[in-house]
Amino acid sequence: MRLLPLLIALGLASPLLADSKLPPAYWSDRQLPDPRQEARADALMQEIRCLVCQGQSIADSDAELAGDMRDLVRRRIAAGQSPDQVRGWLVQRYGSWISYRPTEEPATWPLWLAPLVLLAVGALLIRRRIGARREP
Amino acid sequence: MSRVLRFAPLAILVLLIAGLVWRLATPVDTDVHSRLEGQPVPAFALPAIVPGKPGLSSTDLASGRPRLLNVFASWCVPCVTEVGVLRQLQARGITVDGVAVRDRAPDLSAFLARNGDPYERIGSDPESRVQIDLGSSGVPESFVVDGRGIIRYQHIGPIEASEVPMILAELEKAK
Repeated sequence: MRLLPLLIALGLASPLLADSKLPPAYWSDRQLPDPRQEARADALMQEIRCLVCQGQSIADSDAELAGDMRDLVRRRIAAGQSPDQVRGWLVQRYGSWISYRPTEEPATWPLWLAPLVLLAVGALLIRRRIGARREP
Repeated sequence: MSRVLRFAPLAILVLLIAGLVWRLATPVDTDVHSRLEGQPVPAFALPAIVPGKPGLSSTDLASGRPRLLNVFASWCVPCVTEVGVLRQLQARGITVDGVAVRDRAPDLSAFLARNGDPYERIGSDPESRVQIDLGSSGVPESFVVDGRGIIRYQHIGPIEASEVPMILAELEKAK
């Protein structure tokens, strides 16, 4: 049990680089009073990438910067901006990388075309199989 | 099955391994670069946080000569060593301004007393709003801003002592 104090100390230790001592921003973990606005803000937050934990959305991330971004999203939605306006504002600063929703840029065309190409290939394969069976 | 086709799976495997080895050897750049390079600094006005030091607004940055805008925090460990490098830059006649992200006055004062103070102005950004407005994704980051208030260069992470000549060159280019 000599380890116990050490374990407690480890549990209390804060991550070295991660956090400030300020409390989270007001709207970071608080829902907007208007449920429709909150729903809009929430849907957008699910699609905005966290800058710290790249791969998580700001809705999922515990990073302080993600909290501040949730605060920013809720404030802008509450002020009457549309989710697309807020998304556009963020994309202007961080590039389309910040948004999980694929855009219609030329770079993403293969993504949109892939299902059609795969369907066409499938249809071709089926036709050849059926055709081959009928022949003899 | 033709002879060539027989080796196709092996070829695919070799290609796959080569691809993986290449990506391991040259990792992807995971830095998030601001899209505001070449654009004016977004309008902001941040209050002072340290006694005796003025706050920072975007109009202060368009002062007719290049300045270095440093996004930092007293709770940020790499910032401790970077401050020494910023003081070197200050000694070379560069004006350094600070945006203190999510900071408290006593913490910041202690930080500056301990590590030195290269800043002409420091604005307090308690909810990272100006940081996000600048397209910055962490601390520390630095922006070279030219005399008209246009962002000319973004540096992600601490400025190392070895990078001083490069930063000076970027400031020179912004003249």
